[in-house]
Amino acid sequence: MSVSVELRHISKRFPGVIANKDVSLKVQSGSVHALVGENGAGKSTVMKILYGMQRPDSGEIFVNGDQKLFKSPHEAIAVGIGMVHQHFMLADNFTVLENIILGDEPKRAAQIDFGVARKKITEMAATYGLEVDPDELVENLGVGQRQRVEILKVLYRGANILIFDEPTAVLVPQEVDDLFNALHGLREKGMSIIFISHKLDEVLRVADEVTVIRAGSTVAEVKSKDVTSKQLAELMVGSELPKPETKGNTKRENIVLELNQVTVPSKGARNLLSNISFKLHAGEVIGIAGVEGNGQSELTETILGLLEYTGQISFDGKSIDTESVSERRDLGIGFIPEDRHRQALMLGSPLWENRILGYQRSKPIFNGFVLDKKATIEDTKLIMQEFDVRAPGPNTLATALSGGNQQKFIVGREMVHAPKLLVASHPTRGVDVGAQGAIWEELRKAREKGMAIVLISADLEELIGMSDRLLVMLRGEVTAELDPANTTPEKLGAAMTGAK
Amino acid sequence: MKVTPKKIYLALAAPVSAAVASILISSLALLATKKSPTEAFKTMWEFGATTSSVIETLNNATSYYIAALAIAITFRAGLFNIGVEGQLRLGALFACYFGAMFTLPPVLHILAIFIISMTVGGLWAAIAGILKVKRGVNEVISTIMLNSIAGGLSAYLLSKHFTVKIEGSNNLTTQELPASGQMPNLSFLTKNLDQSATQGRGIYGMFAIAIALGIAFWWIVNRTRFGFELRASGINPIAARVSGVNSKRMIVIAMISSGAIAGLSGLPTVLAETHAYNLGFRAGLGFSAIAVALLGRNSAIGMAFSSLLFSFLEVSSRSLDLIDIAPETYFIMQGAILLSSVIAFEVVSRYRVKVVSEQLAKAVANA
Repeated sequence: MSVSVELRHISKRFPGVIANKDVSLKVQSGSVHALVGENGAGKSTVMKILYGMQRPDSGEIFVNGDQKLFKSPHEAIAVGIGMVHQHFMLADNFTVLENIILGDEPKRAAQIDFGVARKKITEMAATYGLEVDPDELVENLGVGQRQRVEILKVLYRGANILIFDEPTAVLVPQEVDDLFNALHGLREKGMSIIFISHKLDEVLRVADEVTVIRAGSTVAEVKSKDVTSKQLAELMVGSELPKPETKGNTKRENIVLELNQVTVPSKGARNLLSNISFKLHAGEVIGIAGVEGNGQSELTETILGLLEYTGQISFDGKSIDTESVSERRDLGIGFIPEDRHRQALMLGSPLWENRILGYQRSKPIFNGFVLDKKATIEDTKLIMQEFDVRAPGPNTLATALSGGNQQKFIVGREMVHAPKLLVASHPTRGVDVGAQGAIWEELRKAREKGMAIVLISADLEELIGMSDRLLVMLRGEVTAELDPANTTPEKLGAAMTGAK
Repeated sequence: MKVTPKKIYLALAAPVSAAVASILISSLALLATKKSPTEAFKTMWEFGATTSSVIETLNNATSYYIAALAIAITFRAGLFNIGVEGQLRLGALFACYFGAMFTLPPVLHILAIFIISMTVGGLWAAIAGILKVKRGVNEVISTIMLNSIAGGLSAYLLSKHFTVKIEGSNNLTTQELPASGQMPNLSFLTKNLDQSATQGRGIYGMFAIAIALGIAFWWIVNRTRFGFELRASGINPIAARVSGVNSKRMIVIAMISSGAIAGLSGLPTVLAETHAYNLGFRAGLGFSAIAVALLGRNSAIGMAFSSLLFSFLEVSSRSLDLIDIAPETYFIMQGAILLSSVIAFEVVSRYRVKVVSEQLAKAVANA
């Protein structure tokens, strides 16, 4: 086998930032080569360099044995490199055919020669198993088919080295299977494929070789049949993965939260929540499992007082049914919402103003008369330090932070007030491994100190590892209670879908 | 935050480029009608810079500014009160009608008039707030309709119930306010000026009230819990609700406060000059104020500048008639300023976000 693409010791600095320090990569022709790394590890920069969008400060690029230096993507395309972008770049009101030839139209005299184009595209589609109707409007296509059009676009321009940037991010599992079949088809035809992803299970399924980069440098090159996804993950973060687990029993005597026959009616046929009852002690974590949309978000909103319900909820032994959201929060209920952008942040505002959200009635922010800006800023600095929120300062806009840092900030905001009850909905969703471990650690410490926690998550290992008890919700009802000590993700998954 | 040349440049970029663009657009409009832009601008400037014009500009700006504050308070809460026009009209009408029925010591009388006008304006705006909360009626639509109703209602009340007959005049007017209800001018500001230069004009007492309102607006919006909750509701209503803001109550309170301030904005001329509500009551102030608030980016200081600018253009453009240019050119200038500043601010703010994210990337990488 010959090497189709080779990068040697690529480095690239942006003003003040080193994006790539020493990245090397060797892709065999006729193979699928995955490039993995955490967010911000420098994957995209490598690919932009290979695709001619950026120039390296040092290092060499070889394509099919010849050294190259691309000044623009045009030059990369000319030697057969193509990029399938994560976000499709298609014109909705054009047909598939028109989209594919757009910018590279075959001409006869002054006219576009659609006949030639159609013939070429139909042939290509058949050869590579990428069937799609050339005369269909793109707006009528599903996501998977649009991706095919993107691939055909690249092939049409003569690419034999294809870069896929996080191609499965937008696909459903069925479409992922189709894509992988197509990739293997392309491989059979001798194409080289570079597959960028951080979904390790997928990487192992589709790739022949894997290059792992961390903090801008290549740290490993392995054959995918020789590694497990756990090993890959550890290579990516450079240390052992944090585990979701708690130690010992920290459950206290007193009951913090009690739900009795809580029901939330809906306009439709079935209730959003039906007769939910449970007791939660201080120092206890109750995990709520369920396929999304089975009442978990309604449960959190009901506890917070955002939804109207029948039945009784008591907090610390007193009924809170008539208390408003603000009164409940002031009693000591903290909330990490499932959708941080919609529910927990003002993205266009500085961090110190986001610090206020939810605690505008509490010290040190509210001094009983006005908001104390100075104290708030100091307190924000403290949270950023204590919870490792990486941003220049309290004046940084929330939107500028990465998802993981935003989440750490939200967790910190709730934790510094040491609420008696924390309602945590998907607390580690969409954050990188490091932040995930940090958030688990915070939850662990809080549990030991006696915080009661309602934990909702789609990550079954997190649920099993962190919870003292597990409730399974299905169609707004609690359908099972499991002991996490003798539950596996498989068993829990089965219970979630209602299988016996 | 350090002040760097780049920051100063960024802060000035938007207003300066907007000013240049709007002058260009207005010049083109003038050229299209075969008039000389330089002559037009020169005439406007010379007329606008006279003492009496400056006083008039300040007086006019007073109403603009208060009405813009009324609109800004809803903008900040993520609402849009288009009904300022109706609120200020009804407020002024009732304040004049009832204010003329009693006499009180001077300051108290004016306070009573304020309270009447604010109450009427606030109640009128509350209708839209309650409709939105209870029935989900969009406040833009309801306030537009309430404007029509307010126009009809005030005309009806003035002509049938509130009017007093004046011999030899067709004007419909309420009873003149007693002396204690008339607001004196800020004569200490103009006492050293030449009587012929001021043409007997003085700066309205309401001018001082407007400044006080502006300071109060800034403080309440930026420093109080209510202000924070108001802004949070505007920036991210869902997050505000999660944080414990009662969004329904916030909508009603924001509308009522807006209507109450709107009620004050109809009073400057009435209290200082006409001393009564009559057919000549100025129309359209509540609509112009939307543009003033927009141009001033809903900030207390920004709107001070934009109301002065609009007022200056309005006063000085009257001189265009003298050199045979349609004074309506004023509307073209107004529109050009508004459009170019909205675009310029948007462009600059996008650029600013880009600069900030780059700084952030640097800072994080160095950490």
